[in-house]
Amino acid sequence: MELLAPEPVSAGHIYAVTGAILTALGFYAFIVRRHALRQLLAVNVVGAGVFLILGGLGRGPDAIDPMPQALVITGIVVAVALTAFGAAMIVRLAEAPRSPDQGKAGKPDA
Amino acid sequence: MNLLGLLVAVPLGFMVAALLLRGSGRWLILAAAPVMAGLALWLALLPPGTTLLVGNWDLPLGILLRADGVARLMVLAGALVIGAIGLHALVDPPGGKDGGAATAETFWPLLYLMWAGANAGFLTTDLFNLYVTLEMVSLAAVALAAMGSLAAALRYFMIAMLGSLAYLLGVALLVANYNTVDVTLLAQVARLDLATVMALGLMTAALLIKAALFPMHGWLPPAHAAAPAPASALLSAIAVKLGFVILLRLWFEAFPAITGSAALHVLGGLGAAAVIYGSIQAMRQDRLKPLVAYSTVAQVGYLFLAFPLVAGAVEPSSAWAGMTLHGVAHMLAKAAMFLAAGLMLKAAAGDRIADLGGLAQAMPLTVTAFGLAAVSLMGLPPSGGFTAKFLLLSAAIEQGAFLYAGVLVVGGLLAAVYLFRALSACFAPLAGAGPDTASRGPVTGGVKAVAPLALAGLAIVMGFAGTALVDVSAIEVPWATPTVIQPEVAP
Amino acid sequence: MMTFAPLLLVFLPLVAAAVSFALPERLSSWRNAANLGVAFTKLLVVAYLLNATEAGLVFEWRYEFLPDNDLVLRLDKLALLFVTLSVFLWLMTTIYAIAYFDRGPNLSRFFGFFNLCVLAATGVAMSGTAITFFLFYELLTLATWPLVAHKGDDKSLRAGRIYLSYTLAGSVAFLAGILWLQSLVGAIEFAAPPDLTGIPALTLTLIFILCIGGLGVKAAIFPLHGWLPEAMAAPAPVSALLHAVAVVKAGAFGIVRMIYDVYGIGTVADLGLGLPLAALASVTILYGSVRALMQTDLKKRLAYSTVSQVSYIILGASLIGPYAVIGGLVHLVHQGIMKITLFMCAGALANRMGIKAIADLDGAGRLMPVTMAAFSVGALGMIGLPPVAGFISKWYLGIGALQSDAAWVVAVLAGSSLLNAAYFLPLLYRAWLLPPPADRPAIRELATTRDRMLILPAAVTALVSLGAGIFASLPFSPLAWVTLIAEGGYLR
Repeated sequence: MELLAPEPVSAGHIYAVTGAILTALGFYAFIVRRHALRQLLAVNVVGAGVFLILGGLGRGPDAIDPMPQALVITGIVVAVALTAFGAAMIVRLAEAPRSPDQGKAGKPDA
Repeated sequence: MNLLGLLVAVPLGFMVAALLLRGSGRWLILAAAPVMAGLALWLALLPPGTTLLVGNWDLPLGILLRADGVARLMVLAGALVIGAIGLHALVDPPGGKDGGAATAETFWPLLYLMWAGANAGFLTTDLFNLYVTLEMVSLAAVALAAMGSLAAALRYFMIAMLGSLAYLLGVALLVANYNTVDVTLLAQVARLDLATVMALGLMTAALLIKAALFPMHGWLPPAHAAAPAPASALLSAIAVKLGFVILLRLWFEAFPAITGSAALHVLGGLGAAAVIYGSIQAMRQDRLKPLVAYSTVAQVGYLFLAFPLVAGAVEPSSAWAGMTLHGVAHMLAKAAMFLAAGLMLKAAAGDRIADLGGLAQAMPLTVTAFGLAAVSLMGLPPSGGFTAKFLLLSAAIEQGAFLYAGVLVVGGLLAAVYLFRALSACFAPLAGAGPDTASRGPVTGGVKAVAPLALAGLAIVMGFAGTALVDVSAIEVPWATPTVIQPEVAP
Repeated sequence: MMTFAPLLLVFLPLVAAAVSFALPERLSSWRNAANLGVAFTKLLVVAYLLNATEAGLVFEWRYEFLPDNDLVLRLDKLALLFVTLSVFLWLMTTIYAIAYFDRGPNLSRFFGFFNLCVLAATGVAMSGTAITFFLFYELLTLATWPLVAHKGDDKSLRAGRIYLSYTLAGSVAFLAGILWLQSLVGAIEFAAPPDLTGIPALTLTLIFILCIGGLGVKAAIFPLHGWLPEAMAAPAPVSALLHAVAVVKAGAFGIVRMIYDVYGIGTVADLGLGLPLAALASVTILYGSVRALMQTDLKKRLAYSTVSQVSYIILGASLIGPYAVIGGLVHLVHQGIMKITLFMCAGALANRMGIKAIADLDGAGRLMPVTMAAFSVGALGMIGLPPVAGFISKWYLGIGALQSDAAWVVAVLAGSSLLNAAYFLPLLYRAWLLPPPADRPAIRELATTRDRMLILPAAVTALVSLGAGIFASLPFSPLAWVTLIAEGGYLR
């Protein structure tokens, strides 16, 4: 155990920092991109970042705390389900005949 | 499993049954409405201190369900509102413009999903579990909004999902910092440090999106405007309230020691701005449903305007009751108003306010429901809205918070301006039909007006039950029980 | 009976309202029967209560609707004065309204809201706490709006809008004032006036201004009177009962309560608030009279006359002297009876002969002598000629003014009486002494039952206003009752 991970604290911080960077990137993309599909991907990047932070911060010096891990798994399940739901809506919107009041969100990315 | 668990499990069971039964699943509401209303009433009458530890796991790992005053009132009002909306959807199916049977079929599972999520959210004290309930309700809300306009629903979905993740990030920070996410435990160990402040900020921002507080309300009017009436009613009455209740848990239960008065006044100021902005926007609408939707933006403002009043009061229970009762009164009145508006729009020539002419003769019961709901929303007596406003205004004046008092007063007047505009249009003669419109028979049978009339009537009757409701709202208020709740292990 | 009598008075109009809303238009005779029956029953209950209250009983019903805030319905003598007035006039107006509308559209709605208004007026009269008063005061606002907008044409809707903007703005000011005072002294009960010692005079003055300003909207004090002439777009029964009696009187009654049962005359005198209010009331009296003189429309002239006359009550209350109080309170009754006579006559003239403008009145007295006789009694009473009741009011007000060392008020009264004469006497001249226009067809005034129901209520109220003047010294006359009230505590 010690050989594999001599400094678990710093490893946890690496996860957390990476997660923070991912979150920021995803958030940036969410704001900049207007196309729904790209926004969905951006939200997923944010999600990945958040899960990394959650998992990384949960690593104590002695043992790995199971609670954050449980939270991460639940969170991933929820995120996957919602992503599928969002993707389905995007597909439906793309297939739907364009009526005047529902053409805005699907407009192509600049 | 005790009563608290049943309140979550029963709607989930109905959801599964509705999914399995498909087309005929709509009749389930005939069983669900009375059962849930009974359970919720039972909950409201339980002795204080009833709790449930889900799966017998102890805190901090387990999930605590607990029936405090806010939860009791919200669950009860929610049961009445959702039940009435469901029964209304039986006689007035939410087919939407394209009127597909498929839309009507998806409506029922979503209704039960939102019901379960909302009940769980009102009852639980676990911030991560609250995340799950928030997602359940958001998912149902987005899908309901999608019944009207996919584009608006997608916009709502994106912003809601981003909000969820911000909330989750806050939960992550709290886990790392305190190793617990239970509100009652956090209250004892909370300390002022950067991580906590960040977490609180992230979660608050996320919940403000869900609660549609100005300036995070952008998703609400378009999502409401296109959705069928029962869906709008659910969105306005239930979905936005969950965000508000979770904020209560965070600000008044978990971190009352950390939320300084400046931060509270920021929330209060946003609430005040929401009242004014929402009212002015509502006044500018010339279509009925956006008007009602912007009225929700304004009404949500009152809930947050109450935050500094609760925190600043020497004896906070009356401001607290005012805030809670406002939430309940808004649930009842706004659901009634959306249902009534839906019926009125079906009967009217178009969706503009000017098209409503002649409806006062053609559908007096529905217009009465709209009018009674409007009375409560304007905060005129006797109504639940008045009781709430009375309590809040008293608190504001007592504390010398004249800005908030002024907004409370002006907000009511502005609401009168836009709501009476709609009502007044109903009294005008039918456009282009000449003076003999009175001979026109009723265009809808009375049965369709029953649900909105019942809900609006409840909002009015609430005004006479103030003392009892204030007593319920004071059960297990955060400041009354500084010690940890020691839950008895469920059988 | 002791506790439930006030509740019964509120409950009876509710029954009538529910029945009216529920019955479809084609069952109009059932609706009329229910309305008349309930109105008559209520009159009997009030007759019993008058007897019992005179014997010293006080009926009270109490319900805690919010912690520390009770809904209290309390039948003291002052409350019963207003209740009796509104119940008697309600019966008259119901008879009149049934004839006036005959088989018009939307009458179920009309009578429903009409009864709710009566409920609210009764509630206003019986309110024992400030918050109860506010509750019924607002209900009155809300229930009157559909009546003002009843016709549904642009003019009525506009009138409804103006009415609401005035009254709702007024009621929030009133609510703010009540709550401010409650935050200082706790719940306000009229039977046990709050202890105001120790509160800064400025605060008390501001609260007083808020409350009087709020109530003054309904009492149509200048410059808050703008809604009243507009509201004349409403049908005649509404103008008669609500805008001449219930609504404006609710405001005036509230001001009396504020001065005597909340602040107490001592405090009002100490703060020096009586004189400004009396001055404002005097301005309103003169302003209303002058504006009335300028109107060419009969109902508008009557409306401005109401603006002027209601301020007599406020003038009497604000002069703070025993005779002035009696004069003000008795005018609450006298003005109500006389003004409703005038409005019912105006409605009958419009209904039977299409007379709306003053210029059309020529010869009306020959065609509709009973109506015009009643109208004349009302008009002479308004001017203040004995033996009509209006004389009593002005007499007591004048003596009261002299008692309170406010001789200028006598000048105001004299000036107002002259103006009243100036705007009423030409009407009587036209109606009685000028010949009718040649193209006006002759009618038989009391030919059918409906005609009699339309015209006789006004004749009855005209007789009552004569009687109230002639028999003022008998027990149970308005003057005697008001004197009882004044002796019961307002003569400190």
